[in-house]
Amino acid sequence: MSLAETKTNGEGAPAATCWRCRALVGIEAAACKGCGVLQPPRPVDYFTRLGLKRAFGIERAELERHYFDLQRRFHPDRFAGRPAEERALALRHATALNEAYDRLKTPLRRAEYLLTLLDPAYKRDDSVTEKDPELLMEALEKREALAEAADTVAIDRLASAARVETEACLVRIARAFDSASLAEADRDIARLKYLSKFLEDARDRRRTLSEGAAA
Amino acid sequence: MILLQLHEPGETPAPHESERGLAVGIDLGTTNSLVAISREEKPEVLRDPKGNGIVPSVVAYGEDPVPLVGDAARRMLLDQPEIVVSSIKRLMGRGKADLKGVGGTLPYEIADDTGGVLRLAVGGRRLTPVEISADILRALKARAEEALAHAVDRAVITVPAYFDDAARTATRDAARVAGLEVLRLVNEPTAAALAYGLDRGAEGLYAVYDLGGGTFDFSLLRMEKGVFQVLATGGDAQLGGDDFDELIAERFLAERKAQGAPSPTPAETKQILATARLAKECLTTHPLGNWAIEAGGVSTRHALDVPSFEALIAPLVERTAKIVSRVLDDAGVAQAEVKGMVLVGGSTRVPLVRRRVGTLIGKPPLGDINPDEVVALGAALQAEALTRGSDTLLLDVTPLSLGIETMGGLVEKVIPRNTPIPVAQAQDFTTFQDGQTAMMIHVLQGERELAQECRSLGRFELHGIPPMVAGAARIRVAFTVDADGLLSVSASELTTGIESKVEVKPSYGLAPEDMIRMLSESQEHAKTDMAMRILIEAQVDARRLLASLRPALAADGDLLSRQERAALDAAIRAVEKALPGRDRDAILKAMETLEALSKPFAERRMDRGIRDALAGTKVETLAARIGAASES
Repeated sequence: MSLAETKTNGEGAPAATCWRCRALVGIEAAACKGCGVLQPPRPVDYFTRLGLKRAFGIERAELERHYFDLQRRFHPDRFAGRPAEERALALRHATALNEAYDRLKTPLRRAEYLLTLLDPAYKRDDSVTEKDPELLMEALEKREALAEAADTVAIDRLASAARVETEACLVRIARAFDSASLAEADRDIARLKYLSKFLEDARDRRRTLSEGAAA
Repeated sequence: MILLQLHEPGETPAPHESERGLAVGIDLGTTNSLVAISREEKPEVLRDPKGNGIVPSVVAYGEDPVPLVGDAARRMLLDQPEIVVSSIKRLMGRGKADLKGVGGTLPYEIADDTGGVLRLAVGGRRLTPVEISADILRALKARAEEALAHAVDRAVITVPAYFDDAARTATRDAARVAGLEVLRLVNEPTAAALAYGLDRGAEGLYAVYDLGGGTFDFSLLRMEKGVFQVLATGGDAQLGGDDFDELIAERFLAERKAQGAPSPTPAETKQILATARLAKECLTTHPLGNWAIEAGGVSTRHALDVPSFEALIAPLVERTAKIVSRVLDDAGVAQAEVKGMVLVGGSTRVPLVRRRVGTLIGKPPLGDINPDEVVALGAALQAEALTRGSDTLLLDVTPLSLGIETMGGLVEKVIPRNTPIPVAQAQDFTTFQDGQTAMMIHVLQGERELAQECRSLGRFELHGIPPMVAGAARIRVAFTVDADGLLSVSASELTTGIESKVEVKPSYGLAPEDMIRMLSESQEHAKTDMAMRILIEAQVDARRLLASLRPALAADGDLLSRQERAALDAAIRAVEKALPGRDRDAILKAMETLEALSKPFAERRMDRGIRDALAGTKVETLAARIGAASES
């Protein structure tokens, strides 16, 4: 797997010039064919960066395989003996790969990113919970239940219900993206956001409770 | 070099690694340091002639301009504590405000802390922690050069994962002062995992619990086919075996006070700490013990048993347990998913620590690689990977969140903790006053919400913001963390397109002049062991000559007559004989003879090489013509 293979250029594909030997370099090429030196990372989206198709349903294992393979090639440690300019470029590549990986590895962030990518004009309304009274009510009730949970058993019960719901939500988001229903995807992303916030709060609450018990 | 190296057309010569100094791995510890080297993924600790691998991180500044380091320095602790410095790692990147004493007395004398630079008064000198660490690194470098009979000029140095940027920069500077190029700073738990993973072929989710002399680290890693990916890390840069010693010392001091002994001097404090350390080590294997302290003309006796010792240190051990569960939480990993926990650091020998750690992941901890050596072995493996190339890959994370101070003394986080490095992240800020043309940027590291509770890494001002109404300017602050975990920050104003950019390297108060002075002093210092260096250089040259001659003789030996060959072989044996000795002139003389004798051979080889190369070209052109003919 390489950046050069992620996109096949047709005739007259745009090209840049190698920063060292000035030879023409394909826009997706990672290294110059003439002199072999590393080229700067190109401005591409995170999916392309990792050599993945633009889709929500990406297996964690697949994402990681691509990420590790590319880091193996571009990590600055691979360029330890090379000139400073090339090392600096390797650092930029590794940084760009980490950014892409960080953005795509959690389903919530991946879904949000994919939404803006598929429709750059699409404006996400952050106060969607306010427009969705059902979700708002549910969120308030759950929050109350969490605040009232007296022991870790009660918290664990709430958290595992939220996890089951998260799974269902992920399936719906994948389906919405597959059928290009972005409005639907957006609605379920709002729900997913609330669920992950809830799970985070449950974790914090559980920690305070068990630390209080230990002290 | 008179021998012409011949290469196949199109084949690039391998980089001349042998001409450079060797690259080693260094574990620069609070209490003990080690140096190791790896060849073909087989790392080994470099030992003194007696077989000792451990160099105590103790330096004694006596009359001699060259300080004593290691066991010899530690022995001076009881007789001349005022010239001895230990545990200097705890002061790396620190200011006076960070120091904490024992019973109100510091085991150091502070010479100067003006401008944030801390200097210790020791043996009539005024030294920064960077210079003292550099002396330890110099001793390790010398040990490696002696053990390998080869120059050493590059190293992978380990640092606690929880070290902040100031302490990392200080470590890097110390290496420069000691004449070592830092190939990479590697986090200690990551280095330990590397040694374990490569040695045992361990795969899956592992935890590393590293309790050393001065620092505690806990890292969670995934190891898979040569990739070592840190998922989350946590720790406490001021928690280690030294704190166990201090608690024992506090107790002994309280007992002495009750018997009417006067408050101890800094030198006596060092002695009391040394006694406390002995007590701790004794209680690792014995149920109880008795110690005597003689200071200020008052002699006292102190008894301590294991239950009392464990009651003293239990709160510290609990602190590590809390960090462990927070890191597991951060990574979203349950206890049961962790396949094993590797123990690192001398303090994991304390039985209470072992017992408590066992309950943390519900499995007995792994400790079958010596916990004192495993970090240095991992560092050596990484040094080899960086100089010879390898398939292993270390992917680490930021241990602490990085951010800047905003209005009201709050912290705005720019890079959260546990972000994979290298990383670059930018955030936009704005002005809060009409016509504001400058902005103070205060860089902070830590998890707290208030700026004053985080570590300040540096401040800088961005000037030249065009006057605008409040809130109109867009100032982009960009943070970059490289693979060593070192941060740099820049800022620019975006709305007008005018880019006034400031690069800042957050520092721990060492001015560039200080750095220059230290470097020049280190060069002075280097003259004293110049003799050793030129000997090593001669040995390197001789080895290089032999290494190039042997394959040449094997390939083209037929170019020599029998007499010529015999003379050449005798000259080779003479060089080999002189090589291990300490007589530089003898080595040079033997080399001179060998070079003179091999000159005609080299010339004949060159002729043959050119002939072969020409013949090769012909065959190629011919092949191309045939190819062209068959296509048409």
